[in-house]
Amino acid sequence: MAEKKLMKGNEALAEGAIRAGCRFFAGYPITPQNEIPEYMSWRLPQVGGAFVQAESEVSAINMVYGAGATGVRCMTSSSSPGMSLKQEGISYAAGADLPIFIGNVMRGGPGLGNIAGAQGDYWQATRGGGHGDYRCFVMAPNCVTELGNFPHKCFEVAFKYRLPSMVLADGILGQMMEPVEFKHPEIDPKTLTEPAWALGKCEGRDKRIVKSYDLKEGGVEIMVNERVQRYKAIEQSEVLYEEQMIEDADIVLVAYGISSRVCVAAMKQAREKGLKVGLLRPITLWPFPKARLIELSKRVKNFLVVEMSLGQMVEDVALAINGRANVHLHAKPGASVITADEVCKTMDKILKKEAKEYAAVK
Amino acid sequence: MYQGIRISGFGGQGVISAGVLLAQAGMMEGKEVSFFPAYGAEMRGGTANCSVVVASDQVSTPIVTAPDTAIVLNEPSLAKFEPMVKPGGLLIVNTSLVNSKPTRKDIKILNVPCNEIASELGNPKIMNMVAMGAFAAATGAITVDAIAKALPKVYKKLKPEVIELNVKALKRGAEFKIS
Repeated sequence: MAEKKLMKGNEALAEGAIRAGCRFFAGYPITPQNEIPEYMSWRLPQVGGAFVQAESEVSAINMVYGAGATGVRCMTSSSSPGMSLKQEGISYAAGADLPIFIGNVMRGGPGLGNIAGAQGDYWQATRGGGHGDYRCFVMAPNCVTELGNFPHKCFEVAFKYRLPSMVLADGILGQMMEPVEFKHPEIDPKTLTEPAWALGKCEGRDKRIVKSYDLKEGGVEIMVNERVQRYKAIEQSEVLYEEQMIEDADIVLVAYGISSRVCVAAMKQAREKGLKVGLLRPITLWPFPKARLIELSKRVKNFLVVEMSLGQMVEDVALAINGRANVHLHAKPGASVITADEVCKTMDKILKKEAKEYAAVK
Repeated sequence: MYQGIRISGFGGQGVISAGVLLAQAGMMEGKEVSFFPAYGAEMRGGTANCSVVVASDQVSTPIVTAPDTAIVLNEPSLAKFEPMVKPGGLLIVNTSLVNSKPTRKDIKILNVPCNEIASELGNPKIMNMVAMGAFAAATGAITVDAIAKALPKVYKKLKPEVIELNVKALKRGAEFKIS
């Protein structure tokens, strides 16, 4: 086991990407993710990579599109308002089947919002903030060690299925320091085989084209349908989640990222009072652990979704459960911090049948 | 075991680096730790603060809203953090720069003239270490030794003699007792 190192979440994400073979980064500064480009700016040259501070977020995502088209492991990162600017480029990358990696360290929104940690970009990340029918592989870490290790999985999935991948973190995770342990062996990109679609020197081979359009009649339909087969395979094989104390639970908390840690504390408090509370933490937000929720809803009566937004992931939970159980919501928008006490109060209300169920179910 | 700490003072007093140091020391002692800075519109001369948690179990949130210990190194920090301390908790006050007196009766107060001690030792910059020493001795959450061992890991560019001076400051701080 490697020695644990105290690192900021943002730094761990950057280091994790490099260890996963990332050799190109383009970005534009925005709080609370500035340590990512800062780290990349000195660390990438050490491993023979390239760092570009672009003139804007739009420029950065398109640089990454270009790098991605050559088959190199590449990354951009930003925070909520900057991510909005990148959406066109992400849609194009999805349309061109490019395995780029994106980090979003969420802050308060909408608009310029504030710089504190929030979870208001769930819809943007999982629904495609850009136009057209597409998906991104989205992972939600809840600690600095996961921030350091998830880029490995993101690149692996992105290259296997050819789609953009994303780590969806928040300002708290990005700014906090914790001991981090890098669990994967470092990848030397020189040892990776060049993808069969990658652009570059074309001497002695057929020409290749990376594009997100097809103007022939029915052409785009064929492209999208082929892509959907890969999406289905991801939904089959790449779902990740974590469960705690779920076996005898009467109430299951559903939370991702930093909120899930508050839920662990709430669960322990409630268990001490004799309440049977469990936790389901989606680790991949897309693909969503729908099948597991369906299974659980056959015996668990109440689900409480806890998120630092007005209620976004709750819709995925409600869709999965589809009326078989009650779906409640503890929502905290505006980049305010959720406390374990608050979550416990909401659980008390559910048991006393005072809490409102999520409107989409009823 | 759980110890939530808030450290606050002027930007430049070493508030953030002292917080990182405590987290590093706790980690080296095999504890679960987290550090979280107030970030954004902070500036030199303005008031900066950070949260540190040292615990036996995984830290649920790194933002400490009800600290077991608040360490206030300047006047504005007292007004902000005294009300937040948990009942029965500890407030460490740098009396060199804080003129007002704490008013709460339900918490322990530890007065330490950090700047004076640091100047006596020959370097005003190490005033934050005097406070950390006082914290270690008063709470037992982290040992003075662990903090001393963490020093070269956090302040990588410091010369050995400066590290030694920091250790002296830690030890002087540890001599202060809750009155």
